[in-house]
Amino acid sequence: MDVFLQQLINGLTLGSIYGLIAIGYTMVFGIIGMVNFAHGDVFMVSAFIALICVLLLTTVVGLSSIFLILAITLVVAMLFTGLVSWTIERVAYRPLRGSFRLAPMISAIGMSILLSNFVQVAQGPRNKPLPPMVTEVIVIRETNGYEVTLAYKQIIIMVVTAVLLAGFWYLVKKTPLGRAQRACEQDRKMAALLGVNVDQTIALTFVIGAALAAVAGVMYLMYYGVVNFADGFVPGVKAFTAAVLGGIGSLPGAVLGGILIGLIETFWSAYFSIEYKDVAAFSILVVTLIFLPQGLLGRPEVEKV
Amino acid sequence: MAGESASPARESRAWDRNPILKVDHLSMRFGGLVAVNDVSFVAGRGEVTAVIGPNGAGKTTVFNCITGFYKPSTGRLALFHGGPATDAEVDGVTASGLAWGKSEAGALYLLERLPDHKVASWARVARTFQNIRLFSGMTILENLLVAQHMSLTTSGLLNPAAILNLPSWQRKQKGAVDRALYWLNKIGLVDRADDPAGDLPYGDQRRLEIARAMCTDPVLLCLDEPAAGLNPRESAALNELLLSIRREHQASILLIEHDMSVVMEISDHVVVLEYGSKIADGTPDEVRNDPRVIASYLGVEDEEEAVAVVEAGA
Amino acid sequence: MAPVSGSDLADVPDPSPVPAEKPRGPERTSAVAGAFKDALVSGLLTALLFLPLVGFRASESSTGSLVLTYRFGLVAIFAGIVMVGRFLLMVTVWNPNRPPRRVSTTPGVMARLGALASPAVKPVFFSFAILYPFLSILLAGGLSPSRYWVDLGIYVLTYVMLGWGLNIVVGLAGLLDLGYVAFYAVGAYTFALLSTSVPINDFFAGTLGDDFWTAWAFWICLPLSGILAAMWGVILGFPVLRLRGDYLAIVTLAFGEIIRLVLINWVSLTNGGAGISSIPPITFFGVPFDSSETGFASIFGLEFNSMHRMFFLYFVILGLAALTAVVTIRLRKMPVGRAWEALREDEIACRSLGINTTLTKLTAFATGAMFGGFAGAFFAVRIRFVSPESFTFMESAVILAIVVLGGMGSQMGVAGAAILLIGGMELLRNLSFLKADFLFGSDFDPSLYRMLIFGFAMVAVMVWRPRGLVSSRMPTIFLKERKAVSGSLVKEGHG
Repeated sequence: MDVFLQQLINGLTLGSIYGLIAIGYTMVFGIIGMVNFAHGDVFMVSAFIALICVLLLTTVVGLSSIFLILAITLVVAMLFTGLVSWTIERVAYRPLRGSFRLAPMISAIGMSILLSNFVQVAQGPRNKPLPPMVTEVIVIRETNGYEVTLAYKQIIIMVVTAVLLAGFWYLVKKTPLGRAQRACEQDRKMAALLGVNVDQTIALTFVIGAALAAVAGVMYLMYYGVVNFADGFVPGVKAFTAAVLGGIGSLPGAVLGGILIGLIETFWSAYFSIEYKDVAAFSILVVTLIFLPQGLLGRPEVEKV
Repeated sequence: MAGESASPARESRAWDRNPILKVDHLSMRFGGLVAVNDVSFVAGRGEVTAVIGPNGAGKTTVFNCITGFYKPSTGRLALFHGGPATDAEVDGVTASGLAWGKSEAGALYLLERLPDHKVASWARVARTFQNIRLFSGMTILENLLVAQHMSLTTSGLLNPAAILNLPSWQRKQKGAVDRALYWLNKIGLVDRADDPAGDLPYGDQRRLEIARAMCTDPVLLCLDEPAAGLNPRESAALNELLLSIRREHQASILLIEHDMSVVMEISDHVVVLEYGSKIADGTPDEVRNDPRVIASYLGVEDEEEAVAVVEAGA
Repeated sequence: MAPVSGSDLADVPDPSPVPAEKPRGPERTSAVAGAFKDALVSGLLTALLFLPLVGFRASESSTGSLVLTYRFGLVAIFAGIVMVGRFLLMVTVWNPNRPPRRVSTTPGVMARLGALASPAVKPVFFSFAILYPFLSILLAGGLSPSRYWVDLGIYVLTYVMLGWGLNIVVGLAGLLDLGYVAFYAVGAYTFALLSTSVPINDFFAGTLGDDFWTAWAFWICLPLSGILAAMWGVILGFPVLRLRGDYLAIVTLAFGEIIRLVLINWVSLTNGGAGISSIPPITFFGVPFDSSETGFASIFGLEFNSMHRMFFLYFVILGLAALTAVVTIRLRKMPVGRAWEALREDEIACRSLGINTTLTKLTAFATGAMFGGFAGAFFAVRIRFVSPESFTFMESAVILAIVVLGGMGSQMGVAGAAILLIGGMELLRNLSFLKADFLFGSDFDPSLYRMLIFGFAMVAVMVWRPRGLVSSRMPTIFLKERKAVSGSLVKEGHG
């Protein structure tokens, strides 16, 4: 029971991070039908930007308030990562829009290689550790020396995720931008004819997705305290799995999928074997796609003859 | 039942005496939407049967059920090879749980039990599509050869003779090319055999799609709006092609059509659908004079207007 | 980062050229002014993009904690390069006043030239491939100095073969497979496990002689590797091939990763991440390449040289690649090959013609997997060591990139892309001249930039030629004249 509770907390934390990344996949897939392979690496880049920002604030500026540091880092990472993603869309994807279906995918794979190696060259191949940032924990219960703890940083992650998701939800559901997005999703040509600026809408989709990935990046850095240039791929694939599990194209699905993947991963590690935790995540992806291709909250696709 | 009420002199009908396809109580639901509601009709052997009706009447859904692309919610679709099977034989196969069985006259297939590709390869029902589906990056000749895939292979996959390039394979391939040429002559595209199908003008693409379907050697040819988008001259050429297919190949034709000139000129039998149900069934003359059809469809001067009215109601 | 590309196109995604109907008055100055503005914006953007990760660097200090170092000069240099480059491009190639290129639906000059040259390309390519090791001896000046070049040839040919194998799946059948490396791994591990298996060795030692298994393992395992990989293709393909489009891509990616993770974690069988070493080397059909009495050199009356084995490996992979090509060419002319291409063009139409699409997809998947398996066995006998490291997703991505960059379906295009990408990537290893003092200095490590340039090249080539190097398709049969089909008509498949 105690182990279960602890794993539940850890799983929800991890799931929040996956969910945030997954939204980027699901939004981009929804609007232009493309798997943005570079999204995982955009997440990694955001974690590096956060690392630089934290170092700058702590060692150069000399800020000591951890919450101020986190808030500034969050904003800086979101802005810069959004810019990176905007540029990627503009340079590597937009020229290929409306052409051959595989071209943007290959371009995205190339971009993924480019980003991770760019970071490797610019920042070096070694792990970048930060001193632990938020170390306080709340002990929820204790039996026989086994403590079930809820760390402050876990609370921060869940709260930030929840708040940002709410804001993002409002953005997509209630604002003209959200409406334009949904219009482009339905029929891009028609939306253009009705005066929606399709290019701008798609670019903004990439920026929003990247900004949420940046939040995930900051949280990741704070939670694990270390980041490496190769850290984009596996969380990227898992977040994609989350998006698929929840039903690709569905925003609540992405979050639900993220949380489920996070829970499955932590429980699998705790109860079965930690070595096979990634195998478990990938197997879920395969099984979902085979038996429930539309995902948990997605709409089934009817084959048009 | 709509089927019974439409024709009092049922037994005297040619299509009832020698049917090739019997549609019994066909229904198709998508979630809560009933696209086809308890439709029954018969298509006669060697005849041209037209299914007409306003947009959204369920015509294409009926087609997709017949050709195996949709699994009907309920209903039976019996196709007869050789000659009509008796009701007892049809019931026998239905009860057996199999998808096909032998009959006195030949064989009978229950199409609702076959996957789409077997409807084409076993039951030999060929079809075309409303939005043309040619292999546009392949040449016209290649299109017609792909259509003969089943006769060129054993069990639809490989041909051992082809791997070794044996003379028997070369003969077979020659036969397939000859067959393709026959159809190219028929649709007047021999000179363009080596051009990609996607380069053809629209009207030629329509006819190529029909030729490709005929290359599978079907007993029943299903055409989904073959005249859509054709100009009057192309439309006349299409009529000619369809009549010659019926005359020379003993193939029965089932078609969906909006173009009344095509329907009235070439069909022997017209089935009218509206809102997923059958409202009339008979010869073109009977249908033309049927009060319900006039009211719902033909009576309005402008056909498009009628369609628009029906759509708005749906 | 590449400069942001030019003028805003219309909203509707339409690759038509930029409209040129502008009044012909003050355009000259405005073009230059516009270019200047664009250049300034691009430069600023570059500066911003490079600021966090190039301008600052989190370096490890002596105490182990991170400290920031600054490289703002570098950011300025990059921004300057982009600014100048963008300006030059805007006034030349991307100049809005340049007359738009004519867009024609008929194959372009390149395609027509290609069609003219195509009968010659294949024999020339093949002859060159056969002569290549001898040429490298000549040019390198001796047997031993040619080692690098022959090895490079083997390496490139492995990817040519892998590209051709995957081309069957992706290029012909239109099935997007992102886990092709799984079959490569199956082939490699099949050979590695069987050839190092003690029981099998003992069994043959008892019946056919002590050295039998070492001498013949490769030749016996090669077909086995292909068959096993094909079987895996069927096993993996069966549940997933009804998926469409990107879903298939993702499932195959997941399968590829699962196989790799199992190889890492199933230590009792695969020795985990440490890999399997001491795989027996290739033999000349049972005759070992060693300096002994019964070795290759003594039997053929040559002076022993370790390069003999290298040469033989070269010709083995050349033969395997040629086999892949010949089988593919043959299959394309058979009903099953035409069905693959028809499947890529329109799956629903295929079903309406009676083609069992699941079975057809499975054959494509299994055939592609089989060649992947052959290549895997070859990889294992060449390196004589296998570990899960060699079978990452990156490998699948590279092979797929070769197929797509080559132009899906075109064998010569795929071969060209493999030579360009893999050969180019290898040559990037030799950038040591950049270490010269007047360039980057001796502490500059050029090999780091290899993958960076590779990724950049992938993006750039895709943007430049989305349909790959050879975009037209050759029909498999013709009545009067074989005409290339323009790439714009050829579909890329949906599954």
